[in-house]
Amino acid sequence: MSDLILEMRAISKEFPGVRALSDVDLRVRRGEVRALVGENGAGKSTLMKVLSGVHPHGDYTGEILVDGDVRAFSGIRDSERAGIVIIHQELALVGNLSIAENIFLGNERVRWAGRVDWGRTVSDARELLRRVGLDKDPTLPVSTLGVGEQQLVEIAKALSKRVRLLILDEPTSALNEAESDNLLRLLVELKAQGITSILISHKLDEVARVADTITVLRDGRTVETMALAEGVADEDRIISAMVGRDLQHRFPERTPHIGEVRFEVRDWSVDHPTQLGRRVVDGATLTVRRGEIVGLAGLMGAGRTEFAMSVFGHSYGRYVSGTVHKDGARIRTGSVAEAVANGIAYVPEDRKELGLVMDDDIRHNLTLPGLRRISRRAVIDPAEESVAAERLRGQLQVKSRDIYQAAGNLSGGNQQKVVLGKWMFTEPELLILDEPTRGIDVGAKYEIYLIIHRLVEQGASVLMISSELPELLGMCDRVYAMREGRITGDVARSEADQESLMRLMTTTGP
Amino acid sequence: MTMAKAWTTGMNTIRDMLRNNARQYGMVIALAVIVVLFQILTGGLLLRPLNITNLVMQNSYVLVLAIGMMLVIITGHIDLSVGSVVAFVGAVTAIMLTELELPLLLVLPAALLLGAVIGAWHGFWIAYVRIPAFIVTLAGMLIFRGATLLVLGGESVGRLPSSVRVLAGGFVPDIEVGGVHALPLVLGAAASAALVGIQWNGRARNIRHDLPASSARLTSLKSTLTVAVVMVFSYTLALHSGVPVVGLLLVALIVGYAFLMNSTTAGRHIYAVGGSERAAMLSGVNTRRTTFWVFVNMGALAALAGVLFTARLNLATPGAGTMFELDAIAAAFIGGASASGGVGTVIGAVVGALVMGVINNGMSIIGLGVDWQQLIKGLVLLLAVAFDIYNKKRAARGGTGTPSQEATGPEDGPDSEENEREPVPVGQSRT
Repeated sequence: MSDLILEMRAISKEFPGVRALSDVDLRVRRGEVRALVGENGAGKSTLMKVLSGVHPHGDYTGEILVDGDVRAFSGIRDSERAGIVIIHQELALVGNLSIAENIFLGNERVRWAGRVDWGRTVSDARELLRRVGLDKDPTLPVSTLGVGEQQLVEIAKALSKRVRLLILDEPTSALNEAESDNLLRLLVELKAQGITSILISHKLDEVARVADTITVLRDGRTVETMALAEGVADEDRIISAMVGRDLQHRFPERTPHIGEVRFEVRDWSVDHPTQLGRRVVDGATLTVRRGEIVGLAGLMGAGRTEFAMSVFGHSYGRYVSGTVHKDGARIRTGSVAEAVANGIAYVPEDRKELGLVMDDDIRHNLTLPGLRRISRRAVIDPAEESVAAERLRGQLQVKSRDIYQAAGNLSGGNQQKVVLGKWMFTEPELLILDEPTRGIDVGAKYEIYLIIHRLVEQGASVLMISSELPELLGMCDRVYAMREGRITGDVARSEADQESLMRLMTTTGP
Repeated sequence: MTMAKAWTTGMNTIRDMLRNNARQYGMVIALAVIVVLFQILTGGLLLRPLNITNLVMQNSYVLVLAIGMMLVIITGHIDLSVGSVVAFVGAVTAIMLTELELPLLLVLPAALLLGAVIGAWHGFWIAYVRIPAFIVTLAGMLIFRGATLLVLGGESVGRLPSSVRVLAGGFVPDIEVGGVHALPLVLGAAASAALVGIQWNGRARNIRHDLPASSARLTSLKSTLTVAVVMVFSYTLALHSGVPVVGLLLVALIVGYAFLMNSTTAGRHIYAVGGSERAAMLSGVNTRRTTFWVFVNMGALAALAGVLFTARLNLATPGAGTMFELDAIAAAFIGGASASGGVGTVIGAVVGALVMGVINNGMSIIGLGVDWQQLIKGLVLLLAVAFDIYNKKRAARGGTGTPSQEATGPEDGPDSEENEREPVPVGQSRT
């Protein structure tokens, strides 16, 4: 038997008007962890959809060989029978069903006449959970689990199908550091049990930790496959292969011009919206100066987003106490409208749900928070609106046909530019950015950094939440660390490094 | 330019216009097809002046309801209570006019206010207590049907004063010259001038601001069509009895609500709330208040429909308005509303209501019974929405222009693969 578990030869796939994959070759050895990296749009997901039968045989050209035999999958069930299981970014679990029911969904453990064998369902599920290292009662509903735990249930589900080649599409994008570590460790363990995996990821550090080889895709082609063991695949090399050019700096240069304290949040406390008495943000105090980019670091669940949304018009949880001051004077931020009127803007983490009206066009999305600027006595001037939208689209270099295109049809990076644009339209003095580059490719990230720089140069203050410490260190003048709802540190850029921040985020302050 | 060439260019212009605006024009074309179909099937009876006037009057209350329902559906909700509210407000109006002998000038505002209060009742539970509108208005449907039976005591109240009957069945006083009424022609000409003015003004404004504007040829074509349709319609009315009072009222409502939805911040807020309530909230829109007022508005319009319906029948009955909610909802969906909210236009609701109205009227003339009417209306609703969804899918698949936006496969919704869509837009900003 060949030592290749999978061989994809000259795979091409076209969508109307665009060639998503051209002559892609991929050879995966049995028992390795293969990373598949590339910018958004490089064709990673499409390639995996071809492999797993989501795009069935006939929809693409080229050959797929599993264990040396040519295969033609007509659907997911078909590829799963061959031991290939794909776990998508958006998990496919039914929240109200139990862990065990989810694991065997569509593949139930039954006795004669189709009756579910509950005993075996639960005991088999328990065994699978043990293999993935999740210590939970299999009869609990999946909705009681965190995202990281749900991911493990997905893997258990894959194991139940006797998976031999496991494909994970951006598995850690919604996980915190500890959960990610756990998942990556599991991949290595599975490797020891003979399970090959393909890991699609944006996070090069985690790729470097677990992968044996890295394949870089760009514009629908295979650019390079590097073995990590040979030590040639350092981060810069991978990135330059991804973007197709040398990458000198991941963050643009900037000379800060920092002024007086502009905004101050004092002693801010918020309770959970439904769980009575659960303090989510506890006495947080921070300041942001004119022209300053301030970072807010913390693990998932530290209360960063909750803090930001609560300051922004009490749009999260139950307000308990705290005041917001601008130029020393107390301001009201009890509703989003008041917060906006006082010069605060908030770019949410979840831009699809919270940032944009996806069905509506770019123009309407851009002007929504600032309608007053283009209307007189509540009547909108359509020409002024289009002119404003065109101006913002130009400034932000949003790649779209025109301003009348629906926001939902844009790529992630361009959607984020539209969200930034809608707040630039209100000319904010304090811009709160919540994970502004999450899920965005390297090139678009850089453009967004430049936009942020331009805003602070014009005198705005920025509070930036990010889970990527290098991003905070590369962008911010000062970083606050947050842990369990409290501010645990305030570190200047010159004194900050990843280790010190991580310590502040994970242990109680000095 | 030769004749043949001019003809080809003209046809190309029309084809481009249709292709680029399939969703907007689709329903108008469907309406035109249905009108032509029934004009043939009824042997020319459908478009006779008398019947046109009847069509307007018969469908006035459904049109009023459809406008309100369109707003409700755009916000992502539904209102099942409107039929019962029509009956209840109609009954109260009839009682105020006959038993209490109150003047119409007092009764009409009181009726609208009553409708608004009922709408506020629904709006309160939906917007502030956050009970699904389906449940709140289902309850309202039962509550106000019951209330109708209570106030009417199970009997009908009729013999309304002529003042209110004029509202639904009367004509605006007019001068008649040789069997042709003058007012419709005057109003038609004024409306034509206004519409043409708006079209050219908009074009000029776009050009002035260097925005994409339709070509002069296309605008001329639009204007010619507009004037033709408006003047033929006016002339038809002129041949019968002139301008129905309710017709004027409808035009005012359509213009007013189209303006509200297209050109005011309130309209924009309604679309935003329906498109994504949380995104609207985080953009500073008071989403609860917006939802609340949309239901208040629905209540007031249901009340107006109730007054019109009662006046037209000259009778308030316990069973009035049964199934009206379904006609209004069907009209909104035929007219291009999306069940998930955020999409739809006032004009769409009007077209949807007219489609239903013409089908009703045409089939009645042919002599098809209620059985067939219901069956065919149901099929039309289903086909209209299916056509709409087909169009949307086609647009998402390939109609959007630049290749970079087209890379989604048929089975990938805009969400599932958005990250994979844009082939590497980097490079300009660095070096």
